[in-house]
Amino acid sequence: MSDTQRPEGADAAASTPSVDTAAVHTERAETIRAVRLRHPWRNTVAVVLILLVLLFVLDAAQREAFQWDIVGKYIFDTRVTQAAFITLALTVLAMLFGIILGLILAVMRLSPNPVLKWIAWAFLWVFRGTPVYVQLVFWGLVTLIYKTVYVGIPFVHTWAEFTITWTPPLFMLAVIGLALNESAYMAEIVRAGLLSVDPGQEEACTALGMSWGQTMGRVVVPQAMRVIIPPTGNEVISMLKTTSLVVAIPYSMDLFGRTSDISATIFAPIPLLIVASIWYLFFTSVLMAGQYFVEKRFARGSDRSRPAVGGVVVGAEGVAGVGIDVGGKG
Amino acid sequence: MTVATDTPMVEAKMVSKSFGSNEVLKSISLRVDRGQVMCVIGPSGSGKSTFLRCINHLERIDAGRLYVDGELMGYREKGDKLYELKPAEANRQRRDIGMVFQHFNLFGHMTALENVMEAPIRVKGATKKDAAARGRELLARVGLANQAGHYPAQLSGGQQQRVAIARALAMDPKLMLFDEPTSALDPELVGEVLDVMRELAESGMTMVVVTHEMGFAREVGDAVVFMDGGVVVESGDPHEVLTNPQHQRTKAFLSKVL
Repeated sequence: MSDTQRPEGADAAASTPSVDTAAVHTERAETIRAVRLRHPWRNTVAVVLILLVLLFVLDAAQREAFQWDIVGKYIFDTRVTQAAFITLALTVLAMLFGIILGLILAVMRLSPNPVLKWIAWAFLWVFRGTPVYVQLVFWGLVTLIYKTVYVGIPFVHTWAEFTITWTPPLFMLAVIGLALNESAYMAEIVRAGLLSVDPGQEEACTALGMSWGQTMGRVVVPQAMRVIIPPTGNEVISMLKTTSLVVAIPYSMDLFGRTSDISATIFAPIPLLIVASIWYLFFTSVLMAGQYFVEKRFARGSDRSRPAVGGVVVGAEGVAGVGIDVGGKG
Repeated sequence: MTVATDTPMVEAKMVSKSFGSNEVLKSISLRVDRGQVMCVIGPSGSGKSTFLRCINHLERIDAGRLYVDGELMGYREKGDKLYELKPAEANRQRRDIGMVFQHFNLFGHMTALENVMEAPIRVKGATKKDAAARGRELLARVGLANQAGHYPAQLSGGQQQRVAIARALAMDPKLMLFDEPTSALDPELVGEVLDVMRELAESGMTMVVVTHEMGFAREVGDAVVFMDGGVVVESGDPHEVLTNPQHQRTKAFLSKVL
């Protein structure tokens, strides 16, 4: 049946194309007004979930153990706000040094020099292969590990021997511990970004006589940013929460350490956990919003997967043109 | 040092190049004179693109000598020894040689105008204002005066390739290399790129063009070279080579493409 019908249909379409297109422009079939498909289970599940959430919230608001009055008392306590600032400082500094070191490690891993490559690989192997908590405990013990430093030829002759008496501040150890661990992850993120840029870009730069530094700084890195930025944003948010592990050093001036200390003196652990959580949530929310805008900024230009970019620009020009015309007439 | 005007723009003497054990260029010798347009044709894998990339030292040659405008590419010859050039010296040689790629390789995060302005500013130290004026002039020359603010992804393949040509011209090259400039284009876009190239040839630019466009080779080319298996099989006047090939391999190739 269908075999015999199909060629007929094709013939008809081929012989009368002009009639068909004319019909499209002049007539329009009646708009479909069908009875919408109902989704009873979808609605039931939604109602049940809303009720459960409401119950939980009402219950939490009244439950003694949460001690909301203490939460309210301590949320803007000077000690807590100072601790929040320290958590923020730890995050910023650890990420800053982590990104710089990660960039160096990524370039080392892509270097033609096998020794640099091997060293970078070994660094990543150690720092990604052990828990950050364990690393922080090590950093806390660093003054015990390196009590003395010898200058000379190993196992043969010692010219000088230094005893290290200086104890680095715990805040600094926390930053170093977090930054070194972070750099191992940032190195992989940066490497993936650099490798995502088409080698043809570098070739075009070389053919134009641009130096390696210009090629990287002007062409490769800006395009790698599109791939590097989103996971880096995730790393910042993750770092903010990882700072709570600095108790391992042991450093306790950060948000979690400080609220724990307070709770120990007033025997109220739960409300101070809530205080810390509220601050962490506030910071991560701000960071998430920031991430959204930074990603938008670096997505400009070459995104082939979104041809709408071109449409938007053309549309914007069109709108601007209309605006000027109207203004002229007015 | 002044270079006599009869110095060939490109002179290859017994140039060989291998990738591992695969020898892709086998003792290529040829010369391109000033103002000449040489078209290089041949089946894929014949070594024609590799040869083009050897001219501006994007690929290192293994044997022979390659001169551009009388200057040995990539090396300094002292006595009977060759010294490899530093990257900065090799870059100085390349800046006078424009190159156009099969896949355009435009900088995706820059607008058409920024693409054209980039190298003059960074490499030649041109001011932003001069580079922009010259950039607009060149974009107008390739028929894209209205697309200066567009990003590459907003342009058609033919428009992108014309921006790429303008970008190469912005460095005021004495030689232009084209590596299959129309092979990645939709058929209806090939003509606009060839028109720009034809105009460029008429203006006296020395050009080496690796292409599959036999019509362009015949009309615009001063010479055509047929390469196969890493050797120059046949070369000479385009009409001669394309209409009356002497070698069996040339005949076999042309019968497939014409």
